Amino acid sequence: MTEFLHMGGYGFYVWTSYGLAALVLALNLVAAIRRRRSVVRQLSRRLKKAV
Amino acid sequence: MWTWFHQFGSPKYFYGIAGRLVPWLGGACLVLMVAGLYLGLFVAPPDYQQGESYRIIFVHVPAAWMSMFIYVFMAGAAAVGLIWRVKLTGVIAVASAPIGASFTFLALATGSLWGKPMWGTWWVWDARLTSELILLFLYLGFMALHNSIHDPKTAWRAGAILLLVGVINIPIIHYSVEWWYTLHQPATITKIDKPSIHWSMLMPLLLMALSFQLFYFVTLLIRARAEILDRERRSSWVADLVNEA
Repeated sequence: MTEFLHMGGYGFYVWTSYGLAALVLALNLVAAIRRRRSVVRQLSRRLKKAV
Repeated sequence: MWTWFHQFGSPKYFYGIAGRLVPWLGGACLVLMVAGLYLGLFVAPPDYQQGESYRIIFVHVPAAWMSMFIYVFMAGAAAVGLIWRVKLTGVIAVASAPIGASFTFLALATGSLWGKPMWGTWWVWDARLTSELILLFLYLGFMALHNSIHDPKTAWRAGAILLLVGVINIPIIHYSVEWWYTLHQPATITKIDKPSIHWSMLMPLLLMALSFQLFYFVTLLIRARAEILDRERRSSWVADLVNEA
């Protein structure tokens, strides 16, 4: 396990790369879902006002 | 074909289809990513020259491919938007831009993290790296330009022209390693003869690339749906939909 994390001495570079990739994917997903929610919330507020 | 084209271009129709596609694409994306990570980190042997450091390839190359694919996709949408005035094209481009920018950033950052141990430097101003950095600025430029114009039609027309002009950068990125002397290694897969990579390394690379591709479509569809609701807020089907929710 330690050997795996060590990555033949390149652990820092390899794991930072994979960590960044995970972060970029996660943020993309969160941002997309939040954008959708905020639009729906905005529209329903507007509709209630209109009624 | 023509009716299909128009039906697909209709925001309401697209909204429904996209909603049904998201869970399937998302599931497939996850499966491919788990398989790719497993093969890439546990099964693929170390590289005979670069040791374990080459494993960065499994996130770096898919990110770099996506950075270019998304741009070309947006430029395609721009061409269709300018010629046929399909409403949906603007939605797709606006939803794609932040995703494309983030993949470009990821390609640059992981490239830097790979360059440091292999070349001894985080960054060089060579053709490949510089043209990829320009790609990031093209994405950011498109987003800034689009945001600065209030009317969506005018904003999309201006943005589309920027996208089409910037597409010249894509072949430059691709051929930069052949046209100029550069520190960046030449293409691994897209060579005319045999790819210079063993299948045990190629498999995880292709799996990761495919899963990144699906990830793009999933986030694109979620964002595009939000964008459609926002733009079509005055139409009755959106009102019905929001009322139900």
